[in-house]
Amino acid sequence: MGREEFVFLLIGLKWTVALSIVAFVCGCVAGLVVALARTSGIAIVEGVTAFYIAIFQGTPLLMQLFVVYYGLALVGIRMDAWAAVSVGLTLHASAYLGEIWRGSIEAVPRGQTEAAKALALGYVSRMKDVVLPQAIRISLPATVGFLVQLIKGTSLASIVGFTELTRAGNIISNQIFQPITVFGIVGALYFIMCCPLTIWGAHLERRFAASAR
Amino acid sequence: MIQTATKADTTEPMITMSDVGKWYGAFQALHDVDITVAKGERIVLCGPSGSGKSTLIRCINHLEAYQKGEIHVGGILLGHSSKTIDAVRREVGMVFQQFNLFPHLTVLQNCMLAPIRALGLSKAEAQERAKSLLERVKISEQAEKYPAQLSGGQQQRVAIARALCMRPKVMLFDEPTSALDPEMVKEVLDTMIALAEEGMTMICVTHEMGFARQVADRVIFMANGAIVEEAPPAEFFSNPQHERTRKFLGEILGRH
Repeated sequence: MGREEFVFLLIGLKWTVALSIVAFVCGCVAGLVVALARTSGIAIVEGVTAFYIAIFQGTPLLMQLFVVYYGLALVGIRMDAWAAVSVGLTLHASAYLGEIWRGSIEAVPRGQTEAAKALALGYVSRMKDVVLPQAIRISLPATVGFLVQLIKGTSLASIVGFTELTRAGNIISNQIFQPITVFGIVGALYFIMCCPLTIWGAHLERRFAASAR
Repeated sequence: MIQTATKADTTEPMITMSDVGKWYGAFQALHDVDITVAKGERIVLCGPSGSGKSTLIRCINHLEAYQKGEIHVGGILLGHSSKTIDAVRREVGMVFQQFNLFPHLTVLQNCMLAPIRALGLSKAEAQERAKSLLERVKISEQAEKYPAQLSGGQQQRVAIARALCMRPKVMLFDEPTSALDPEMVKEVLDTMIALAEEGMTMICVTHEMGFARQVADRVIFMANGAIVEEAPPAEFFSNPQHERTRKFLGEILGRH
């Protein structure tokens, strides 16, 4: 494999990273909304969000990307592959992060909310100043774990024709007929991204377990 | 929101609960509770566990919703709208059995949060107020520490200071010493006694009968969600009227 091919893989890698960041950042914002809706105490809002989460947890990511890519085109919304997979992954991430954070919000002791209420703090302040800072700490290991899943999940974007790392590998492999070498390198690149995050997640988990004692 | 016209009238009670009823599903937790608390009055609320005393004081700042009757606090009718609830909560401080300090904030930040967010104080004003109240509960040297670095007694004194930073008209204490190691009970009770001597209106759910004798204007005894008996402490302890009260006092005083 020559230098040109390797550079092509690195360009694919760049898009994998970009897609992961966009999906994670947008997924965090949307996921926060989902988590707050899921814990709102308003039955209908909680029900709707529970359904939303169930759909994304109960179907394959690949199918979700198909639905966004082809489905939206069918109803007349044209998007290029980049936008479509970004939207698809963002929705996917929002459901998973929403559920992770719902659990974390509920794991913050009730007394915290009661103390905040007794101090006449309104909902926004109760969440922003009291509950979420504690919930986020609780959720960090699981959130980092999900980020790793998401990075690997971006490889499915290759199927709808978006040239990220996996598809770049596919293209090169078809050109030079060295699939083992090419996909070995592709795998190594994923590993270099994901493994440090996994180690960091485990570290956070240990630290959290230690501070909870 | 009902603001009474005679707000300056000092005979106006600080808290009135009339005919208050509360249910958890089919279970009735409070039965027709009538209490009037005058400004500056110190009430000790006692009774066996499950008697509804915590539920009662938690209705006063609407941590629990009540279904029947009326509660007025400082001339405000405590309705179920967030507007009247917040108005009442700004006037009522509460101290919990488990302290419930915010673990991710320092002692000083714990005390500054609500005055800034709920009263609109500037950071400097809130800090000044927090420092002076931490001074008053004799814990100012711990201001930069996190709650987990303090003993239980210290944490509870911070919780008292945090509530006082709102300049409340009423303080509610929900078994403030029950979670403390015995050697720390006194420092918290001393803080409460000092507060009582300054004229704060207080309702304390507590089993500290020594505190009741020393500080309370009135002791209210509850059982099964209803008020059984109320009397000044001297009378309450020396001459309890009801069998249920005598039994309770026998159990609780016999322990010591």
